[in-house]
Amino acid sequence: MTVLREVKSAPQSWAEPEVAFDVARIRQDFPILAQRVHGKPLVYLDNAATAQKPQSVIDAIQRYYSVENSNIHRGVHFLSERATEAYEGGRIKAQRFLNASSTRETVFVRGTTEGINLVAQSYGRRFLKEGDEIIITAMEHHSNIVPWQMLCEQVGARLQVVPINHDGELLVDEYRRLLNERTKLVSVAHVSNALGTINPIKQIIEMAHSYNVPVVVDGAQAAPHMKVDVQDLDCDFYVFSGHKLYGPTGIGVLYGKEALLEAMPPYQGGGDMISLVTFEKTHYNVLPFKFEAGTPHIAGGIGLGAAIDYVNRIGLDAAGAHEQNLLEYATRALSAIDGLRIIGTAKEKASVLSFVLEGVHPHDIGTILDREGIAIRAGHHCAMPVMQRFGVPATARASFAFYNTKEEVDALVKAMDKVIEVFGS
Amino acid sequence: MTDLTDLYQEVILDHNRSPRNFKKLEDANRTADGYNPLCGDHFTLYLKVEDGVIRDIGFQGAGCAISKASSSIMTASLIGKSVAYAEALFDRVHKMLTGGSSATADAEELGKLAVLSGVANFPARVKCASLSWHTLRAALKDEQGVTSTE
Repeated sequence: MTVLREVKSAPQSWAEPEVAFDVARIRQDFPILAQRVHGKPLVYLDNAATAQKPQSVIDAIQRYYSVENSNIHRGVHFLSERATEAYEGGRIKAQRFLNASSTRETVFVRGTTEGINLVAQSYGRRFLKEGDEIIITAMEHHSNIVPWQMLCEQVGARLQVVPINHDGELLVDEYRRLLNERTKLVSVAHVSNALGTINPIKQIIEMAHSYNVPVVVDGAQAAPHMKVDVQDLDCDFYVFSGHKLYGPTGIGVLYGKEALLEAMPPYQGGGDMISLVTFEKTHYNVLPFKFEAGTPHIAGGIGLGAAIDYVNRIGLDAAGAHEQNLLEYATRALSAIDGLRIIGTAKEKASVLSFVLEGVHPHDIGTILDREGIAIRAGHHCAMPVMQRFGVPATARASFAFYNTKEEVDALVKAMDKVIEVFGS
Repeated sequence: MTDLTDLYQEVILDHNRSPRNFKKLEDANRTADGYNPLCGDHFTLYLKVEDGVIRDIGFQGAGCAISKASSSIMTASLIGKSVAYAEALFDRVHKMLTGGSSATADAEELGKLAVLSGVANFPARVKCASLSWHTLRAALKDEQGVTSTE
């Protein structure tokens, strides 16, 4: 597949990279993008909620159910061996994607939410006690708040929240102030889903490690946009969801350092996570299977593997550069609209653009844009504390993927005129 | 295809811009909070009920045009009406919003409330329009806590 082509001239206000990204060619890989919505071409700008799937991912899932379907790890027959190979192949791809040192460190989970809950319930309940402190930030998704609140209630630990500034950037000095000998865990988003802020996680991890505190990184919004190297970051846990990475829903990966995963008790009991069961005692399986009770989402693991292959072919560096171009172009264009305020103006941002328009609720913006064929998210983005921080009940959020185009941003801006027309502001 | 103007009718836009009874009732004897966790709409409804009659009504909070206009029109329709009337109106509006009744048949009976009938064609917005009505029912039943559309 060729996705790169030479470009001879670049139009103004659109910084073309040396070798441009062939978006038109890439879009052909995503069958859903060709459809019309309410009679208009679909403009899908809700990628931070879930990304669309390329044909290769759809084919991999269909192939599995058509010719490979079988349970894994237990059959001696042909199909079971084939299914096991395909599923474990997905794990190897995930391990390489994160640059984990072995597949013992890549646990398949349902998604980021389950990954965080696993760490909270397994690591947290084993190693945290009354009076201990857990640090999170003010820009976390509910899935990186609630599991820790539940843990705090269970063990008597306390949740500490690092505040953010008005641009939506983490206040590192405040974080430094909160770290102390009672801190037993730090959990932070790599990229904020509501604001787009890219956090300085390498620095956050270093600072936590100076207190011997392990760090969980919620990578749900980062993995689709930038290369992640868990060994370089030296994070202790890293979690991401397959469906935001152009893969299926219901599958994600929890990376954990082997020594930590070894020390942790199982999360759930059942088949596959054991090596020997008697009524007197059960011996748990080796990593990563100790954390994978029951028949897993086999098609999901295979589909995620196909998604990782696809993303690798596109190249996250080139994709990220294209998305940055889109973000800058859209930021400029939307900022020019009277009464529009962008929420989340950090210097380091991924392709998430949250905004509010004076006098018009985001929900109404969402409905009007929908009628123009444009899909955005309107609401609190499962980050209600972020909304409270910025004094808004909700925002409208456009989030870009590498298959989005400058023309789609233009369509968004044009549709905002329609919003203003309807509301007569 | 359903047009946007079926949803954002002039009456709705007007109530959104200048909501009626948008006030806190200091002498309210029934209040309830309505909350839509999907989009963050949040209203507090205040009622002064005496001898089975709604003497005064007000609301405050923030929400989209549909939830705000629906709340505003609702309060305007209920001042001076009996609790029994309000409860019957809840049923009719609920039916209209969920497409269970013909808008034209009900138009006369529902008066200004009929402008909300367009919402039935926008399933994602039905909860916005019904939020204040569920809150009303909770307030009339004097239920404690927050009414949620979820």
